[in-house]
Amino acid sequence: MDFRLKALTKSIWVFHISTASCNNCDIEILDCITPRFDVERFGIQLIGSVRHADALLVTGVVNRKAAPLLKKVYAQAPKPCVVVAVGQCALSQNMFRFGYNCPEPLDKILPVDVYIPGCPPKPEAIIDGIVKLVNKVRQKK
Amino acid sequence: MVQGGCFGEEKMKTLFNYLIFPGFLFSAMIGLLAGWLDRKVTARIQWRVGPPWYQNFTDIIKLSGKETVVPQGARITFLLSPYLGLLGLVLGATILGQTVFFSGQGFTGDLIVVVYLMAIPAIAVMTGASSSANPLASVGASREMKLLLGYELPFILAIITVIVKSNGAIRLGEIINHQAAYGSSVFSLSGAIAFIVALLCVQAKLGFAPFDIAECEQEIMGGTLIEYSGLPLAVFKLTKAVLLSTTLLFLIILFLGKDLSPAFLILKFIMILVIAILIKNTNPRLRIDQALRFFWGPLTILGLVGLVLATRGL
Ligand code: SF4
Repeated sequence: MDFRLKALTKSIWVFHISTASCNNCDIEILDCITPRFDVERFGIQLIGSVRHADALLVTGVVNRKAAPLLKKVYAQAPKPCVVVAVGQCALSQNMFRFGYNCPEPLDKILPVDVYIPGCPPKPEAIIDGIVKLVNKVRQKK
Repeated sequence: MVQGGCFGEEKMKTLFNYLIFPGFLFSAMIGLLAGWLDRKVTARIQWRVGPPWYQNFTDIIKLSGKETVVPQGARITFLLSPYLGLLGLVLGATILGQTVFFSGQGFTGDLIVVVYLMAIPAIAVMTGASSSANPLASVGASREMKLLLGYELPFILAIITVIVKSNGAIRLGEIINHQAAYGSSVFSLSGAIAFIVALLCVQAKLGFAPFDIAECEQEIMGGTLIEYSGLPLAVFKLTKAVLLSTTLLFLIILFLGKDLSPAFLILKFIMILVIAILIKNTNPRLRIDQALRFFWGPLTILGLVGLVLATRGL
């Protein structure tokens, strides 16, 4: 069992969900797979279908339209699956927290495992967050 | 009783051949390593570092530990077809491996059997995708079917060219023997043409760019594999690995069969693989109609030219 857990931390397939973000966080996530940072070294891949996902990267404020879809997508992901909140919007709704269509922050909707603050977070910060996540998963079992 | 013992031993040996040495375990290992080479070379071309050598093994282990989600409305073939594809393909890998590693074995017509067995994974992907109750998967399945219809024709023309060149032999062993006596068939005009045709068809068979139309991630989100997760996805990945090693071995037998000692075999394998990877990395994806036109137009004509040249003895 431990073997499989180790394999999981060495091959994280990431599904990227943008719930009404301003697109800067998404660009910073894509920066992580460019030659300068190249997270494929650690087996991290961006994949197209949520059925293959090990981690959901959620960016942006979750607005009324996106919240039910986000729940649906999380239900479709095969477990074990972790949720990573990227950017100030996903963490605390940033400047949209009094907005009429942003009822609650992400962690009231989904169980968030790692918070990566920043507006937008630097690629280094995202990688740091993933490292913390890996350490957390390894210690949990 | 002695005979019974012998029979049992024979069966054990067949089982061993199927499951371990030239069959499943061996070809899957080679295929996964070849898949790593693909990722590594791709990464180097893109000026990245690339994953470590055990990455594909890790992926398979990880997938086998994940939950298997069965979508609502999926039929039983959704779960069965990955195994069907793998079982059929491993049989082909075993036949090919036995002719290469234990020379002299084989039966008349095993070439034709192998060609059919190598088409089974594509059929398994189609049945699996079309029973997964997902519109994007059906789009992928229909593309896979059209692609299969497209590349089989020039592929078979290329194979017939080799058969004609080796005096009508349809046994893999005889083709190898003929090449051992008269030189590899790729070093003649018709052989070279047939090799180019077959290489491009294999590119489509493996789902490498520019023919990764059925599985494109940006356009239809994984296409045929969109609904698969957990163990069935791992089996599909393994099938892909076995297919990679099997088709390359098949090309080596048909076109470069002169010297099959281990060192040369590995060298030829890596050479063809790197050519395929370079084609993959330097070409953008075609649309399905462009791909079909390419296969039924220029490539079929090229295959016919090769065949005519082969009948003239060139
Ligand atoms: S955190 Fe900043 S950069 Fe990211 S989506 Fe929100 S506003 Fe845009």
